[in-house]
Amino acid sequence: MQVRLSHPERSVEIKGPKRVRELLRELNLIAEAHLVIRGDDLVTEDELLADTDSVEVRPVISGG
Amino acid sequence: MRCIKCHTKAVIGLPRHNAAFCNPCFTEFVHDQVARAIKAERMFGKQDRILVAVSGGKDSLALWDILLKLGYRADALYVNLGIGSYSERSQQKVQTFADTVAATYGATLHIHKVEQEEGAGIRELADLVHRPTCSTCGTIKRYQFNRAAIEREYDVMATGHNLDDEAARLLGNVLHWQDDYLDKQGPSLPASVEGFAKKVKPLYRLAEREVAAYAVLNKIDYIVEECPMAKGSKMLLYKDVLNRLETESPGTKQRFYWGFLERQAKERPAASSMTEKDRASLHPCAACGQPTTAEMCSYCKMMARAKVSHSRTTGS
Repeated sequence: MQVRLSHPERSVEIKGPKRVRELLRELNLIAEAHLVIRGDDLVTEDELLADTDSVEVRPVISGG
Repeated sequence: MRCIKCHTKAVIGLPRHNAAFCNPCFTEFVHDQVARAIKAERMFGKQDRILVAVSGGKDSLALWDILLKLGYRADALYVNLGIGSYSERSQQKVQTFADTVAATYGATLHIHKVEQEEGAGIRELADLVHRPTCSTCGTIKRYQFNRAAIEREYDVMATGHNLDDEAARLLGNVLHWQDDYLDKQGPSLPASVEGFAKKVKPLYRLAEREVAAYAVLNKIDYIVEECPMAKGSKMLLYKDVLNRLETESPGTKQRFYWGFLERQAKERPAASSMTEKDRASLHPCAACGQPTTAEMCSYCKMMARAKVSHSRTTGS
């Protein structure tokens, strides 16, 4: 699946199917500091992502 | 995962509440948390005029959106700091929200351009006064938001600080035992002296991730990229540490910050303690009249230093 990341903006290819929780673990990202967005929808950590999915992992923490 | 209220498919899980919500029930949860914050801290009423400090980020735009949807009279002020294209993109996000959402509630957006009034962008000003950019930015924003609230006769100024912001700030203040700052860590600060607007933080019950989720689910187009000046900031480090603790033990952030507020309220009501201290130590700035502990406020001192440095470098 294609995974879009920020800070800096980039795309990586991750093998699916995979649960959101596992995807974040593989990317070494904390769930509390990120949202996973598929299309227009947020997906929960137990959601299974297909190999054909395209998702955005959006950081939610700002330094201000 | 299923919504704990209506049992349809959930879009977000909230381990600290041992809950999960679908889109409509999550929006209701967020509105309820803000309404509880406003009531518990006696922030404002339906007749009050509120000035929201907006940046183009998720927190401040979500706050503006929530207050309007809850039926409050909320206008906003955006301070354009002159950080190149980042400020332009942020302003565009605020303007779009103002035109497409806020305008339908009859709300107004005010814009202050630092380059116009202060004569230079934030980076140049920070260089001129030899101070870190973030502290220069903080001084200018605090000054301009307070000034706008007073001059435009708003009853209260609201900022988008969330639970993560407040818990991280508390951690920083405790690590360095900044007792004076601890007094001002409450979500509702009174208009303690003439010239100071009342300041409130209606999002203090919501985690940063929850506010971001609200923005995404309500299709609020905010600036996702981080301010280029924030890189390496201590706040980011404190937030990271707290989120690692939160992951191991959900509810850590709220227990830390809310627990602090409960202790503070038991010891002495923060509002009255702050008012007494402010009345004893503050008087009008000799240049602009805003309250300060010194002869001149930090904003006027900074601008005076910037002018001197500027004329030295240009010879004018």
